[in-house]
Amino acid sequence: MEKPLLSVRNLTIDIPVGGGTLHAVRGIDFDLNRGETLCIVGESGSGKSLTSLAVMGLLSKTIRRTADRMDFDGTDLTRATPRTMRALRGARMAMIFQEPMTSLNPAYTIGDQLTEALLLHKPVGREAARARAIELLEKVGITAAESRLSQYPHQLSGGLRQRVMIAMALMCEPELIIADEPTTALDVTIQAQILRLLYDLGREMNMAMILITHDLGVVARVADKVAVMYAGELVETGPAAEVFNMPSHPYTRGLLRCIPLPGKTERGSKLGTIPGIVPSLVGDVQGCAFRTRCSYAEAACHGDIPRQGSGGHAFRCIHEDGNRHFEEAIA
Amino acid sequence: MTGHPPKKPPILELRNVGKTYQVKQGLFGKARPLTAVNDVSLSLSRGEVLGLVGESGCGKSTLAKILLGLEAPTTGQVLVDGQEIGDQDRLSLARRIQPIFQDPYSSLNPRKSIFDIVSLPLRVHGIGDRTQWEKQVREILDIVGLPARVMNTYPSQMSGGQRQRVAIARALIMKPEIVICDEPTSALDVSVQSQILNLLGELRREFGLTYLFISHDLAVVEHLASRVAVMYLGRIVEEADVAGLFDHARHPYTQALLQSVLTPEPGLGVPDTQLGMAYPNPIDPPSGCRFHPRCPLATDHCKSHAPRPIRTEQGLVECHLYDPESQMYKNEAA
Ligand SMILES: Nc1ncnc2c1ncn2[C@@H]1O[C@H](COP(=O)(O)OP(=O)(O)OP(=O)(O)O)[C@@H](O)[C@H]1O
Ligand SMILES: Nc1ncnc2c1ncn2[C@@H]1O[C@H](COP(=O)(O)OP(=O)(O)O)[C@@H](O)[C@H]1O
Ligand code: SF4
Ligand code: SF4
Ligand SMILES: [Mg+2]
Ligand SMILES: [Mg+2]
Repeated sequence: MEKPLLSVRNLTIDIPVGGGTLHAVRGIDFDLNRGETLCIVGESGSGKSLTSLAVMGLLSKTIRRTADRMDFDGTDLTRATPRTMRALRGARMAMIFQEPMTSLNPAYTIGDQLTEALLLHKPVGREAARARAIELLEKVGITAAESRLSQYPHQLSGGLRQRVMIAMALMCEPELIIADEPTTALDVTIQAQILRLLYDLGREMNMAMILITHDLGVVARVADKVAVMYAGELVETGPAAEVFNMPSHPYTRGLLRCIPLPGKTERGSKLGTIPGIVPSLVGDVQGCAFRTRCSYAEAACHGDIPRQGSGGHAFRCIHEDGNRHFEEAIA
Repeated sequence: MTGHPPKKPPILELRNVGKTYQVKQGLFGKARPLTAVNDVSLSLSRGEVLGLVGESGCGKSTLAKILLGLEAPTTGQVLVDGQEIGDQDRLSLARRIQPIFQDPYSSLNPRKSIFDIVSLPLRVHGIGDRTQWEKQVREILDIVGLPARVMNTYPSQMSGGQRQRVAIARALIMKPEIVICDEPTSALDVSVQSQILNLLGELRREFGLTYLFISHDLAVVEHLASRVAVMYLGRIVEEADVAGLFDHARHPYTQALLQSVLTPEPGLGVPDTQLGMAYPNPIDPPSGCRFHPRCPLATDHCKSHAPRPIRTEQGLVECHLYDPESQMYKNEAA
């Protein structure tokens, strides 16, 4: 069997806060193969961004990260020096942020920013780097690419800046791309174009991608594998088709009922809801974190929650099928 | 539902409304006109939900502000119950039309308690005394599903969904007839969004409210609206009842918008909308049909000739392909 490009076991992220420790990410596992797209989906605050920053080695110093394993193609990321991480980030893994201005420097031209990493990490000359920048800007659908190289970030619209950032992430042909809500702030039209682009380029370059989003439509359309995150845990993971066709964790099923499905949900009918709010993760957290909002919760949900499922499709719940049979019976 | 509901007199009407801003480009640049809303005519009947969709910057919020009387239109008229709003004073207008805005974080004053925020309209209008305000705030909080004890808390102590409920309570305490919702759920998680959408639906049925519902989430608009208007570069390019628009979109732009909707159906992949270039700069709108640089069906004729609005039983569409007088007319029945 192919060895995964990225393998993460028991990743835990603790943040010291006023009243104690915030257990923001609580022991998550996932694997990612070359050329594969993993979507992490969950509500705001569930720990998606922290997870991606942890893999990239970009967490701030006050945040504590531990893991039994975090392996990137043979490199142990838990022990990697800042220098090793910098080299990896420039050349082999790249990140796309939701807000393009977090990674674009307003004081430098688009051209300088695009070529910088390539010149630093790969044995190429200025001319070759420039040519590659133009090629990628064209690939991400930017017209008059050559003239953009001398422009500054503020001279571009939000949609264009997002594309520039994608081009920048692709400059060194990374093996892994982590995109944190790359299209959330964009129009549906541009969102579709950018996702399509990432998807096509991913195939073309055999790139692995972690795409973080709270949009289930995006997940369904681009994911090979899905990980549903709730309160710092992956409550359900599996191949996209299985998770969407046989959602097993009560939270996953609840989420899918909240969105109107064109052509399926009756117009104007009442949508499903998940009552209640996400629990605080400060201090001791025990049992299933979803139990305050779950209609199947019982005493056992306060204790250890077993992992259910078979093959690649797994979820955490005391019920063997997450009580899916129950809903199917009343549907 | 297709066919024609009996024509009710419009409660709110826009007649050839336009709004032009003068914008400076650069520090010393000369001011140039930006037409944010361009000759828009729309009407809302009592009890209906008109969805308004379109890309960022197309003029949706500007239109909303004109309807709320927060911006004066450069041209045209806004009529409430047949009366021009210029003639009605701000306060009486505010009693009838209330807004719910996108961002539940910034639209509430962080230094005011929930009681202060929700009761503000009553106090501004000088309605009742402290005891009555409390009673009414209690009632309206109950309607939007918040416990009375939140009255003495502050916005920072609430979740996004709770804040949006506060914003809805504030909008409804004056018992308005029309509510202008500008992206009321875009900042919320899906599990919270569905609660707010259900609430808006219930309130409409219970109180016979009329909504203008602005959103870029087409699935949500399809779910809530009874009629939909599609806006592009300041103009309404298509308008139809919800079934007509979503099942038989006519304008090439509407078709592309609908194609871009990513429904949660695995295996379908990401569509290629063929929209190509990005949204044009509204200061330099394209000649002829403003959609022509992105339109897969554009011809040379579209580059030089602007299409005119065609109104039929199906609604409104602004594209040469549907103009019987145009050389590009294609008989839809054929
Ligand atoms: N006060 C103003 N001065 C100058 N230009 C303005 C002003 N308000 C809006 N505009 C411009 O008018 C156009 C329409 O803006 P508007 O806010 O109505 O868009 P919108 O459709 O609501 O977009 P979004 O989906 O991003 O909310 C834009 O080009 C905008 O930059
Ligand atoms: N630098 C930080 N300091 C304190 N708390 C943080 C910090 N970054 C994130 N958090 C908290 O950690 C949790 C997970 O955050 P995040 O990973 O950003 O969530 P998501 O990306 O899923 O919305 C949240 O409760 C958030 O408030
Ligand atoms: S473990 Fe219990 S509370 Fe958690 S999802 Fe399963 S039934 Fe619900
Ligand atoms: S008038 Fe021409 S360019 Fe405009 S939408 Fe119709 S076909 Fe496309
Ligand atoms: Mg995040
Ligand atoms: Mg707006």
